[in-house]
Amino acid sequence: MAFYEQIKMYKDFDFESFLNKVTVQDVENVLAKEKPDVWDFLCLLSPAATSHLKIMANIANDLTIKNFGRVVLLYTPIYLADYCLNECVYCSFNVKNNFKRSKLTMEELEKVASEISRTGLKHVLILTGESREKTPVSYIEECTMLLRKFFTSVSVEVYPLEKLEYERLGAAGIDGITIYQEVYDEVIYESLHKSGPKRNYHFRLDAAERAAEAGLRTVSIGALLGLNNFRTEVFFTGLHAQYLQKKYWDIEVGVSLPRFRPHLGNFTALAPVSDKYFVQALLALRIFLPRCGISISTREDPLFRENILPMGVTRMSAGVSTNVGGNLRHGETKSQFEISDSRSVAEMRDMLKSKGYQTTFVDWR
Amino acid sequence: MKDRLVIGNVELSSRLFIGTGKFSNNAIIKDCIKSSGCSVVTVAVRRIDFETPEENMLQFIPSDCVVMPNTSGARNAIDAVRIARLAREAGCGNWIKIEVISDNRYLLPDNYETIKATEILAKEGFVVLPYMNPDLMVAKALMDVGAAAVMPLGAPIGTNRGLRTKEMIRILIEEIDLPIIVDAGIGRPSHAAEAMEMGAAAVLVNTAIATAHDPVAAALGFSFAVKAGRLSFIGGASKAELYAQASSPLEGFLDSLQ
Repeated sequence: MAFYEQIKMYKDFDFESFLNKVTVQDVENVLAKEKPDVWDFLCLLSPAATSHLKIMANIANDLTIKNFGRVVLLYTPIYLADYCLNECVYCSFNVKNNFKRSKLTMEELEKVASEISRTGLKHVLILTGESREKTPVSYIEECTMLLRKFFTSVSVEVYPLEKLEYERLGAAGIDGITIYQEVYDEVIYESLHKSGPKRNYHFRLDAAERAAEAGLRTVSIGALLGLNNFRTEVFFTGLHAQYLQKKYWDIEVGVSLPRFRPHLGNFTALAPVSDKYFVQALLALRIFLPRCGISISTREDPLFRENILPMGVTRMSAGVSTNVGGNLRHGETKSQFEISDSRSVAEMRDMLKSKGYQTTFVDWR
Repeated sequence: MKDRLVIGNVELSSRLFIGTGKFSNNAIIKDCIKSSGCSVVTVAVRRIDFETPEENMLQFIPSDCVVMPNTSGARNAIDAVRIARLAREAGCGNWIKIEVISDNRYLLPDNYETIKATEILAKEGFVVLPYMNPDLMVAKALMDVGAAAVMPLGAPIGTNRGLRTKEMIRILIEEIDLPIIVDAGIGRPSHAAEAMEMGAAAVLVNTAIATAHDPVAAALGFSFAVKAGRLSFIGGASKAELYAQASSPLEGFLDSLQ
């Protein structure tokens, strides 16, 4: 059964009515349980649960320390190219945006990799837009083989691939993928992805499974918060993660909570998510999925990232630039979105230490 | 007679093994080793930053401790063998704790793949200590393929639930002629003492120390418990009685027999 079958089960379910009927007592009952089920998870995403964030935070903190310790993995993204055929209204790389596109040559990538590896980082995530012509699998493969000389773990956040292509990247040294559905609501999905291959909701939804079947070790998923009501989007994210954990026992499933950030263009969030609701989403996910890795990117500002650190976070990005080539091409290329936390790797490590957390740079080799 | 524990030709001074995951910083690990006097320290190879000296966990382990690299992250025997070889090439010695976990929800070991990895690595001269789900036939197979000790779990890793698999571990202690080292699930010194009283050769503790409010004090507490449990095993605990011993009608009758 593909995950879409589970989504379909909620087609006629009245989320709003359920969420509004949840009482404070219901929330307290859920918090007393050892193993919350999917309905309990939804209760934790309800308006009533918003008044219980302190208790939820303590539970989330305990679960995180028990399962992961006081340890945070640092990684950084590398933007390889910004060529893209998709018209996603919330993204700078939108095909309709007119700017000079580029991709890194192997010589440039080597310089970028060398610079990043000097900071001590060992895990990197490589990104491209969706263009099989400009950035085919062979290009990603070539980049991977080069990067593996510098880093112990390289994962991809690229357009969804076929299983055989994931196998090919696995053989080249890729050990995981990140693929955000962006929005699980199909109608909204269609309205936000106006043209391009990304319009294929199902091909994207099943990408995580194809990667797992291809033998990749880690799969990270998420919804872009701000595109739809966060309560249902986070619910489906959690459900999707649980589905992957149950079906593919041997992979590490992670979730991210990317929150919509300003970008090139004039799209504004359809359903902005406040800090309070963001925290609620994070806590509900941690309590529902105690073994799930949770990544918080530089989309969030430094103080906020520090404050939510004990509430379930296991991975953070550092020393980030969201344009092709990073510092190498500073000012020449466009950022995919604006970042809020521009701290270096050393600054992040010092911050983590001051909070009683160990930074880890290596979690696989 | 001296109570000795010898594994891989090394006589160990302590029956407490410590794991190095989940600590808030590497320096605390050093203090825990010191306070507990533990003799074996296990380190996940995937977490060792060999290339960056200041981040390399190995530098925090005293030279008189045995470093036992583990294959955490391995999903099958092939992964485990690759990681073990990598550790030996990197100078981590020839001890290896096999951890093959293909279940990311409960983190239960895969006994079948563990046997395969143990066989390959024992033939290559490693001192192999496989982490396993306590099962007598599996333990026998591990012994047959050259394991140096067997490390059954007391409860799922990281749960601090204590000796939930006690009856199975008891059977391993009785039947397997190798040191039985209880690994995973030991959440309190009393759990460690219980395992040692049963006759376990040693215990391995990680989460309960690493996530304690005061890890150094916790490590010391575990070391006392391990010693107390061992002495109880050697000394032979006297039988516990449910009730005070008064003569019963049954005994009165037996006494009256000529």
